[in-house]
Amino acid sequence: MSELIRKNASELVELLKSGQVSSVELTKAHLDRSAAVDQDVHSYLYQNPETALAAAADIDRRRAAGEQLHELAGLPIAVKDNLTTTDAPTTSGSKILEGWIPPYDSTVVKKIRAAGLPILGKTNLDEFAMGSSTEFSAFGPSRNPWDLTRIPGGSGGGSSSVVASFQAPVAIGSDTGGSIRFPASVTGTVGNKPTYGAVSRYGLIALASSLDQVGPVSRNVLDSALIQDLIAGHDPHDSTSLPESLGSMADAARKLDVKGMRIGVIKELMGEGFQPGVMNRFKESINLLQQAGAEIVEVSCPNFEYAIAAYYLILPAEASSNLAKFDSVRFGLRVAPEGNPTIERVMAATREAGFGPEVKRRIILGTYALSSGSYEHFYGAALKVRTLIQRDFAAAFEKADVLISPTAPTTAFKIGEKLEDPLAMYLNDIATIPANLAGIPGMSIPNGLADEDGLPTGIQLLAPARADARLYQVGAALEKMHEDIWGKRMIDFAPELEVRS
Amino acid sequence: MSEITPDLVRHLAGLSRILVTDEEVERFTEQLSLIVDSVAKVNEALAGVDVPATSHPIPMANVFREDIVEPSLTQEQALSGAPDSGEGRFRVAAILDEE
Repeated sequence: MSELIRKNASELVELLKSGQVSSVELTKAHLDRSAAVDQDVHSYLYQNPETALAAAADIDRRRAAGEQLHELAGLPIAVKDNLTTTDAPTTSGSKILEGWIPPYDSTVVKKIRAAGLPILGKTNLDEFAMGSSTEFSAFGPSRNPWDLTRIPGGSGGGSSSVVASFQAPVAIGSDTGGSIRFPASVTGTVGNKPTYGAVSRYGLIALASSLDQVGPVSRNVLDSALIQDLIAGHDPHDSTSLPESLGSMADAARKLDVKGMRIGVIKELMGEGFQPGVMNRFKESINLLQQAGAEIVEVSCPNFEYAIAAYYLILPAEASSNLAKFDSVRFGLRVAPEGNPTIERVMAATREAGFGPEVKRRIILGTYALSSGSYEHFYGAALKVRTLIQRDFAAAFEKADVLISPTAPTTAFKIGEKLEDPLAMYLNDIATIPANLAGIPGMSIPNGLADEDGLPTGIQLLAPARADARLYQVGAALEKMHEDIWGKRMIDFAPELEVRS
Repeated sequence: MSEITPDLVRHLAGLSRILVTDEEVERFTEQLSLIVDSVAKVNEALAGVDVPATSHPIPMANVFREDIVEPSLTQEQALSGAPDSGEGRFRVAAILDEE
């Protein structure tokens, strides 16, 4: 493997600026890596080396001409396949959108192109981002580079595995209940779900509009900060986009100081149901933060117990409405039953053939939660629980600047293990869901390997809405403490993948 | 126990415009029963508390922008993903049943 592709994005950017490496060279190195390993890892649903290399060559030409470029210009990036791209199919992992070329670019992709980052490809996900493992992708699962028999997390398992297998230095993900953070946790990588509204959702194929947020995926906290700074900002095309700037995440990631910060440990997100190896590493990190001068406090969020239940009412309700647009008329698949069917029968046959089992389950569940007779008991009640969870966070943030928990209760499970047990699958997101319900930012960073299986664990950091910078400050500081102890980065513990020629 | 029955699943699938096979009805009935029993737990949290509902995480109101015409999709672009189109329109099957 080329040593170049193992480097952090922040280093690659310096090499590009100083002319020690060209964007074409760097892009080519990553495309070569994909040719060698992606048959096994399956991070990508689509790659077009020609367009990636053309974008890279354009940046090299402009740099040579002395043009003032964006600080990340020339750095290749991978994009989750639920963000629209006019030069690549956008499927959201679903047969119903197979081969669809959108007529417009999402705002995030527009920003990426404007800054001159070549797009390496579109990454795999559970169908319409519904899942925790990528096993619900209509195009087959992605695999965990640490152990190819295990899941890379979901829904953004394509974006987590693509950076963990050195096929891209950075990637874009989306997080509705943990789809950036859970994959980061099980692949030894970094992922941040920004404050709701910090990044435009325009051109993000909606799952649950009040929960979805786009964010960065990388192998290093500073790298994620650089990407969040690139993609964040107000967008008039998204009415939920925050009008104000949240400041520089990269500046926060460079502070490397937690002295005097109050860090709250969430009592309800540890202990029972959490793998011992996950808890051991978590407790060690608490000690590290304390030794570095942070004040550790315990906080209680009693209503988190109800978060999964509320989430699995709110999400299906919103999804059942959002996915109504896949109607066989304006885009995507059309399946016509025999005879002379009405449009209604064509729609039903199309959606039967085009949607997979998890999408059908959630649409039917959402339809039930919203139907008269069960609305108050289910959807209405869930919205009130959302208020209680926000209040739990508000009380906790009175006592602490940042909250911490393990990102997930376990390390990566085996492919197939939870496929037929939806409730077991939903439990993976027990620690990540509350942040989406409250709209606050949440980050997962590598937190060492579990004793019992040697697989990556993650630690989650949470901050109040708009205080994303605190996550980058604490995250980068803790990352530095870990790397000083380990003598290398967490990703450097990952086994070498078998390379195909 | 929840009230999820095979007939209810068929009815909800119909409302959702999803044709379902008998095998799917059987599997979804079983799985959705468990899920519905589990999510009904939200009501335990509300015993004895009265709180307003939250539908949106970051409260925002009256989001406006300047009323300026911006470029939009051309007719050709808008129709580019359609399974069938003609004369500048989306072409679909019959809207009404014969009977």
